[in-house]
Amino acid sequence: MRREVRFSGFGGQGIILSAVILGRAAALYDNKYAVQTQVYGPEARGGASMSAVVIDDEPILFPKVTRPDIYVIMSQQGFEKYGVDAPEHAVMLVDSDLVHSRPAACTCIEIPATTEAKKTLGRVIVANIVMLGAVVTATGVVSTAAIEKAVLDSVPKGTEELNIKALQRGFALGEEKKA
Amino acid sequence: MSADDWFRTDRLPHIYCTGCGNGTIINCTLEAVDAMGWNKNDTVFISGIGCSSRAPGYIVTDSLHTTHGRALAFATGVKLANPRLHIVVFTGDGDLAAIGGNHFIHACRRNVDMTVVCMNNMIYGMTGGQGSPCTPVGALSTTTPYGMGEPVFDLAELAVTAGANYVARWTSYHVTELTRAIQTGLETPGFSFIEAMVQCPTAYGRRNKLRQVSDMITYLKTHALLMQKKKRMEEEGEPIPPEMFAVGEFTRRSRPALGVPK
Amino acid sequence: MTRIEFMQGNTACAEGALAAGCRFFGGYPITPSTEIAEHMARRLPKVGGTFIQMEDEIAGIASVIGASWTGTRSMTATSGPGFSLMMENIGYAAMTETPCVIVNIQRGGPSTGQPTMAAQGDMLQCRFGSHGDYSIIALSPASVQEMYDLTVKAFNLADRFRVPVFVMSDEVIGHMRERIEIPETVPIVPRNGLEQGVLPFAAGEDKIPGFPEFGRGFGVHVTGLTHDERGYPEATDPKIHAGLVGRLVAKVEDARHEIADYSVTSEGAEIVFITYGPTTRTVRQLLHDRPEAGIGHLQLRIVWPFPEKVLQAFPKARAFIVPEMNLGQIAREIQRHTCVPVVSVPKLGGELHTPDELAAVLEGLL
Repeated sequence: MRREVRFSGFGGQGIILSAVILGRAAALYDNKYAVQTQVYGPEARGGASMSAVVIDDEPILFPKVTRPDIYVIMSQQGFEKYGVDAPEHAVMLVDSDLVHSRPAACTCIEIPATTEAKKTLGRVIVANIVMLGAVVTATGVVSTAAIEKAVLDSVPKGTEELNIKALQRGFALGEEKKA
Repeated sequence: MSADDWFRTDRLPHIYCTGCGNGTIINCTLEAVDAMGWNKNDTVFISGIGCSSRAPGYIVTDSLHTTHGRALAFATGVKLANPRLHIVVFTGDGDLAAIGGNHFIHACRRNVDMTVVCMNNMIYGMTGGQGSPCTPVGALSTTTPYGMGEPVFDLAELAVTAGANYVARWTSYHVTELTRAIQTGLETPGFSFIEAMVQCPTAYGRRNKLRQVSDMITYLKTHALLMQKKKRMEEEGEPIPPEMFAVGEFTRRSRPALGVPK
Repeated sequence: MTRIEFMQGNTACAEGALAAGCRFFGGYPITPSTEIAEHMARRLPKVGGTFIQMEDEIAGIASVIGASWTGTRSMTATSGPGFSLMMENIGYAAMTETPCVIVNIQRGGPSTGQPTMAAQGDMLQCRFGSHGDYSIIALSPASVQEMYDLTVKAFNLADRFRVPVFVMSDEVIGHMRERIEIPETVPIVPRNGLEQGVLPFAAGEDKIPGFPEFGRGFGVHVTGLTHDERGYPEATDPKIHAGLVGRLVAKVEDARHEIADYSVTSEGAEIVFITYGPTTRTVRQLLHDRPEAGIGHLQLRIVWPFPEKVLQAFPKARAFIVPEMNLGQIAREIQRHTCVPVVSVPKLGGELHTPDELAAVLEGLL
């Protein structure tokens, strides 16, 4: 089944990396097909950043996301630009510390990813990984084993432990909020 | 072997005008190359567009006659892809300093291992005498009909500033010194730049009261200021006439270079 | 062993080049092609190759042509404005029959345009952008896998035909990441060397002279001037010019049906989509979503030389629909070769045609 995931936040949060890790998890470790794409402007930091992943059991034909099933929103500007029109069938995970709006039509799951990253893990930079963990357990879009391997492939050497901790915090938050 | 052995005999007659100084510079270069004992198979001559750039076509080795101003960029590719090859580039003032100026400064900066001989005739000769960045102030050309109003680019000083390992300037009058300078350039690892001031009686002299070859040679001789003398004049606070140009060795150094064979 | 990776298109291009034996990259960074240069900068020194960032794209292609004359497989990668800057030296490569690969990750133009968005606006420029008559080969990948495979193929074609070969990709494929299978080895067809005693620019029946690599004693003179079979300038002899330029064009164009690389779906269809590059993916989605519509599809992986005979693969066609991320550059070429009505579906703005947009065009024709 085709599932479309859209990530949005501000440049520098690791929005694109999150999508790459998710795509990698599906394509390399869940034996599925995945395409990751992105929209970006001239700014490397700040601005509204968007990245998307399509995951399917069959080869992916049209590579772009047109009707996201899952939204992962990590900034207010990102919500306004890429999340505000989320349709009824979708699920949206928001970083509740950074996004104050909530979608009108679809299910919303609030994940305090930035607070978790700052307070529990001591590094705000892993907020995106917390969020990624929550996405996986809240939606089942890829397996937890696959995302763990993909995170380990993708993060800088020496930060593996921190990132896995962040991912597991995310798993727990996603599990909790799903219910 | 002698310099003569490096010429293609089946390409004669050449395109150069009677009285042109380019032949002298080519001879000096081939004398120097021959003195290095280089093998014809390992030596590549590269050029851009213009009278001077036709020189590689008269030489028996592999040669690349490229686009206007870009010879140094092509040469960089040849040298870095096969550092075993010896690279000599022929160019002119228009080719090197106008359209090719950016490639020139970057080739100096990279200090790519090659020797560049620039025949500076102060004019675009092949196309009939248009002004170049090296046309002297006040000189007439087809595009400076009221006299050149822009200052001259000092190519040797530019090469020094941009980082070349070896830089010298002589004229077609100073055959011995020029040949020796080119050979030093060939011997020096890194980027060597030898500027050869050269007469163009057809396109330059004719418009500038230097119609006879001997007039132009005399002009080059009397406008050349030996480096040692220039330095002495500077030390003594003596003014250097603006139409004079320094000749001699500008720099010889060993900055890190690219493409030097291991 | 085949290796499975989740890779970006631009990285796949660089990896394909390395697998094909490319050992020289000269270029200048420009969005959205830069990842190719960055990847080559990391990888080439480790395989004994050379990466050099030149002062501009003019110098980039110049260095590539110079490197190629040493017998080294050489490439550059660029986009929009950089591609325009390369045009004069691309003509030089065509005239001197220098094998080289030029990757263009197309973005929106003209001028600076849309640096971070996709387009296919340089399809005519790659064919006709330099002055004078000549011919080239241009490939267009529709996936990350094809980016890898077609880059390998580009090197083989460049060496065989001694022409500049273009990988005409775009921001969609260049920046997307997807699953790719990297084979353990790739087919490599090396350059034919010049035989001793044969003139360097004398060609046999295939119209392609043997390659006289620098440093091997051939003493070849290479010039962008019109030249005779010895390589000597002969710029005023009408016969020599006509003969040389005629051969440069014919060596590619006469082989166009052999060079052709395409996929045909549903030969009996009345409505046929023709695509190259990423619009292929949209049409495949449409075919998948509407199997009952009986739509045909021709995907061109090689756009130039244009293999016009392939249009005859659809004898019942009553319309060719050509979606392009430009104002109909290849639709015009198709029109030239067929009596079947050609419906151009241009799209500007930087985004790929969606399946819904093409479905609407289809509705209008059914």
